[in-house]
Amino acid sequence: MHLINAILVGLKEIWANKFRSMLTMLGIILGVSSLVAMSALVKGMENGMKEALIAIGGLEKVRVEEQDIPVWQQHLADQAVGTTMNDVHALIRSAPLITMVVPEMRTRNITMTRGGKSISPWNFIGTWPNAVELNQHVVAHGRMFNALDDENARNVCVIGTAVRDALFGSPEQIGREVIPVGEFVNINNQRFKIIGMFEHYESDQDKKRRELQTAKPPEPKGTGPERSRGYGSMGSKGGSRSMGGFVFDLKNNSVYIPLNTMWLRFRAASGTSGTGTGGFGGRSSSSSSSGSGSTAEFVPDPRLSTLSVKIADIDKMDEALQQAKNVMLHTHKGIEDFSFRTQENWSEGITQAISNARMSGGIIAAISLLVGGIGIMNIMLASITERVREIGIRKAIGATFFDVFTQILVESVVIAILGGVAGLFTSNMLVKLLIILSPTENTPVITVESMFLAFAFSVAVGILAGLFPALKAAKLNPIQALRYE
Amino acid sequence: MALIELRGVSKIYHLGGEEIRALDNVDLDINGGEFISIIGPSGSGKSTLMHILGCLDSPTKGSIKLDGTEIASASTRDLARIRNEKIGFVFQFFNLLPKLNVLQNVELPLVYAGCGSRERRERAMEALRLVEMDNRAKHRPMQLSGGQQQRAAIARALVNRPKIVFADEPTGNLDSHTGETILKLFHDLSRKGSTIALVTHDPEIAAVTPRKIEIRDGKIAKNVDAKLAGQLDGPKFAVGNQPG
Repeated sequence: MHLINAILVGLKEIWANKFRSMLTMLGIILGVSSLVAMSALVKGMENGMKEALIAIGGLEKVRVEEQDIPVWQQHLADQAVGTTMNDVHALIRSAPLITMVVPEMRTRNITMTRGGKSISPWNFIGTWPNAVELNQHVVAHGRMFNALDDENARNVCVIGTAVRDALFGSPEQIGREVIPVGEFVNINNQRFKIIGMFEHYESDQDKKRRELQTAKPPEPKGTGPERSRGYGSMGSKGGSRSMGGFVFDLKNNSVYIPLNTMWLRFRAASGTSGTGTGGFGGRSSSSSSSGSGSTAEFVPDPRLSTLSVKIADIDKMDEALQQAKNVMLHTHKGIEDFSFRTQENWSEGITQAISNARMSGGIIAAISLLVGGIGIMNIMLASITERVREIGIRKAIGATFFDVFTQILVESVVIAILGGVAGLFTSNMLVKLLIILSPTENTPVITVESMFLAFAFSVAVGILAGLFPALKAAKLNPIQALRYE
Repeated sequence: MALIELRGVSKIYHLGGEEIRALDNVDLDINGGEFISIIGPSGSGKSTLMHILGCLDSPTKGSIKLDGTEIASASTRDLARIRNEKIGFVFQFFNLLPKLNVLQNVELPLVYAGCGSRERRERAMEALRLVEMDNRAKHRPMQLSGGQQQRAAIARALVNRPKIVFADEPTGNLDSHTGETILKLFHDLSRKGSTIALVTHDPEIAAVTPRKIEIRDGKIAKNVDAKLAGQLDGPKFAVGNQPG
């Protein structure tokens, strides 16, 4: 008997028992669709995390952080100076495996005001111009401050779009994009000129969505008076932007000023007195608080908040870190009050999390496919018991062991294949549903491989489930089968 | 040479340590073109004989030659092929597949023989014409009367142009009138050259065949050939020659 014939017979048999076959297929459908959906979810997670990893500077970026002095060096605690510009210069001079060193001074308790609007940016950073490169920033408008601005400690700043949104209004509110280059803002009551603005960072998914929305005519404003909708609504009205993408929000909510400016204006003094906006509890703040924002009297706090370095080659990360450590131990008089934080840990964490998710999702999906397979086997066994006489007749008129075996196996495989195909369709719908439900930065992505895998798996399950019933049917004795009532 | 030659054929079953000789050292020749009946009460071994003759079963001992080929020790695969090519079966309960229509049922042996669909159709229709069922080709078995079903079953038995057709109580499930028309059909087929063996427990049915083989306790008790004995010129039918 030809295979095509066998398949036709199998299809006919399935059609003859429509409802039963459909129930049987349901197991496979669920198995296949859960496998595909699961892998789509994991893929979405992976994409989201990779995007975020790139956004925060990639693997080459290493942060030098302060660390508690080890116990055996506690007696040297007062000698520990923390991370300072000395380290920066030493690293630049003596660590060839490190290609870039970026000092950063951060200050909290910063309020930027313009007109009646204000914002406290999450990242208010005094740094060098090369921070743009290290932190994967793109200056979309104006310019980044340069070495000269830093040298002269000019009151200039480069802002992220979230800061712009807060001080000048977001494009969604105003209807056009404000480019505030050249405008002045007050930062803790000191006049700063905005000389540049970063581009708007967002995940690919958000970007697509935003573009889609700008293509549409603007929707009428929500009912009632305009109001802030509480936490998370900053810069976004009417939910035009997702809540997710924390990394991107963080980046948008940045203000960069020259390192020296930071040092002189915010580290050395608490800013202008009387406003109470400064409040930075440095060692020198109280003594200079009576000043008028000038840089006349201060005892600068030399410590850097963080020190970011870029290593030349990821493959030589260990050597580069060892080199940096040696240099810094020298400048720190042997006191190990610093540690390195690489994105490696983060990246490994991501990889681990993804493989865990893949593993557990895969196991669950595989189990549901297996259950589907057991369903097929069960129904095939019932079916051959029902058809003992038919099998006897077929054997009496010349069907061989192989013919009967093939017929039953083909039936089982056809159920599995139909279930698999239906499962692929279902999975597409399921994933569309998940896309609506899941946070946008982790949008599930159906991969062709996962569809192939799920389909192949369902066919394999069909074959395995069919083997035993087929064998049982093919081994029937024709005489006994013909007598069977 | 005879179409079928049985020499010293025995079939022995073991039931709970007890040895049951369903067939005991049977010798039998059946020639091509013969119309015979195998008769005996139930439990006599006639069914076993038919199964062995029909290649559904293998004997415990002895030799069987079908069309010159030794089949006593053939594999199940070879037996299936022989059943397909050389043997046709007609059963008491017709045994048509209810999900297939008459034509598809008749085509089934040809499907296993590996014929192309066009040839299958032509030969199946030819066989259906032979039993005057060609106008019922698209009907399901359940839509037919018992006699019609049995005709379809006979068409199925004939479709692969077998060397011999075995009919196991072919009238056992039919009323007497229909039974007679079926027997008449067998007789006609026999006259056209088919070799037919009727298996029955009913002496009246056996009476229509020229040769009767009576089985008792696994042995051939009588082997009467009316033609050789000159007792019978032709079949005796109670009813005339109307078909259907």
